[in-house]
Formats: sequence, C-alpha cells, structure tokens
Amino acid sequence: MIRRRRTKLEGMDIRRRVLGPTQPQLTCEECFAEIDRYVELEAEGVDAAAVLPQMRAHLDGCPACNEEHDELLAFLVSR
Amino acid sequence: MAVSAAAPDPHDAQRPAPPAPRAVRRRPLDPESQAWLGRLQATGPGHDAAVAELLALLLAAARFVLVRRRAQSASFPREELDDLATEAAGDALLAIMARLDEYRGDSRFTTWAWKFAFYHASETVRRRSWMGREIPSEDAGWSTLARDSSPERALEHRELLAALKAGTEAALTPHQRAVFVALALNHVPVDVLAERMGTSRGALYKTLHEARSRLREYLGTSGSPVALWWTTT
Repeated sequence: MIRRRRTKLEGMDIRRRVLGPTQPQLTCEECFAEIDRYVELEAEGVDAAAVLPQMRAHLDGCPACNEEHDELLAFLVSR
Repeated sequence: MAVSAAAPDPHDAQRPAPPAPRAVRRRPLDPESQAWLGRLQATGPGHDAAVAELLALLLAAARFVLVRRRAQSASFPREELDDLATEAAGDALLAIMARLDEYRGDSRFTTWAWKFAFYHASETVRRRSWMGREIPSEDAGWSTLARDSSPERALEHRELLAALKAGTEAALTPHQRAVFVALALNHVPVDVLAERMGTSRGALYKTLHEARSRLREYLGTSGSPVALWWTTT
C-alpha cells in the first residue's frame, strides 16, 4: 500500500511536468491581468484558488508565471 | 523549426498595439490608489514627482527579484545587479504608463504596478541566464526525462516514454512538437523561447496547452495501460 502510494506520487510529478494540469486554465495574458488581485487575496488569507480556480491551474502549468506569482506574493508579505 | 506568426506581446510597451478598451472598475478605488492614478494622469510637476516616486517603487521591486534570483543560481555577476534592476524598472514604468487606462482597481495601485516590475525583472534574469546557450535538442529532452525514473519503475517508465514519444510524432504538428520539447522536456523558460522564435510568451503557452491536450488524448487511446493510467488518474 505504502509502496503503491509512493510510486503514484513519483509518477504524478513527471506527469504534471510533462502533461500539465487537466483543469481549464487562464492564458498567460489573463494570468497577468489577474495576478495582482490574486496575490492580494492570498496575502489577506483568502482562498484565492477557490475564487479564481483557473488561475491556480495556469500557475501549476506555467513555470514563468508561477515564479512571478511566488515572488510578488513574497514581496507583498515582506512589506 | 516551424514558427508561427509573431503575436504582439501585451507586456511590451514598445511594440505597437491596438488601443485597449478603458477598464471597467469592479469596485471603487481606495483613496491611495485614486491619488496615484490622479497624479500620474495629470500634467505638470505633480505628474513628474509621481513618476519619480513610482520609478523608485519599481526599482525596489526589481531589486527584490534580482537579489533573490542571484542568491538561488548566481546567474549574473553581482556588479550587474543595479544595471539590470534599473533596466527592468524602466521597462516596467514604460509599460505602466502605456496601460494606465487598464487599471481596474481590483488591487491596490501599487500591487498592480509592482506586477510589471516583477514581470520585467524575472524576464531579464531568465534571458540573462540563457544568454549564449543553445536550446537543447529533442534527444536531450527525452534523455533527461528517462533519467528521472526510479530503478523499481524503470520498465513502466520506459513504456510510458515510448508512448509519449510516439504521441509527439503522431499527434503533434512540427511547431507543437518543437514547443512541447523545449518547454515541457527541456525546461527552456517560455520567454527565452519566445524571444528565440520571434513570438510571444502567451502564444507559446497556448501552443503548449494544445500540444498537451493532444498528447493526453493520444495516450488515452494508445492502448498502453500505463499511458491510460497516466491520463485518467
């Protein structure tokens, strides 16, 4: 049981990287348009992924947008 | 490598773009954001002072990104940090001034402005770290993926990679294949690839999304149990 679970997680990492998220998602342009609102919600402790689920899917599939999201959030929280 | 027609990059204030419709506000602006917008849209000394203040905020944000990235990978010399931050902040300011009408008030004005600095600073670092580097070949991408397998799952992994590789050959167009291999297998940053291919980041991500959808569909009908598990669990 434990062995199976570990294997599945390993597989999921590669799968996510190669095939990306399956959920509907925003484009990079739409992500950029919404990212300020999204990080403010996160910084306020709101479940931003529930408010904008397609944003979370895009961030999971786009390393560049995800990197900018993480840093903008870290910057807001640090101020 | 097949390249699609270049699409205008909405983040690049220097490229001609159709005028954007004036933003519809979802909520009233907070007083501070209202003040920023008023000063930046005015003319005269108040405008110039607001631009200078904004540039200082953008510079701080750009430095934040560059210091963090340099700590993670040392992808550029320390003495270049200030110049890169100044360049990224300047690009961000140009983009902001060109797109002031698009600010909807969904966040504080400073948060909206900072995202431009983060975008340009991040792009600067990614491009800087790939300067002079070739885009890896397709074979390199498959080899990298093959190495990620744990020994006990090697057989399953090989079967999956074979199905994936067959999928890229059978289900993808040459352009989709080139984009998929570069972004998903070789981890080339999307803005670096966009610059090399003369297109936009958004257009490339759309192509990647289409390629992934086609591959998922191919794997789902390939008859491989491993591939089927991969696409349905």
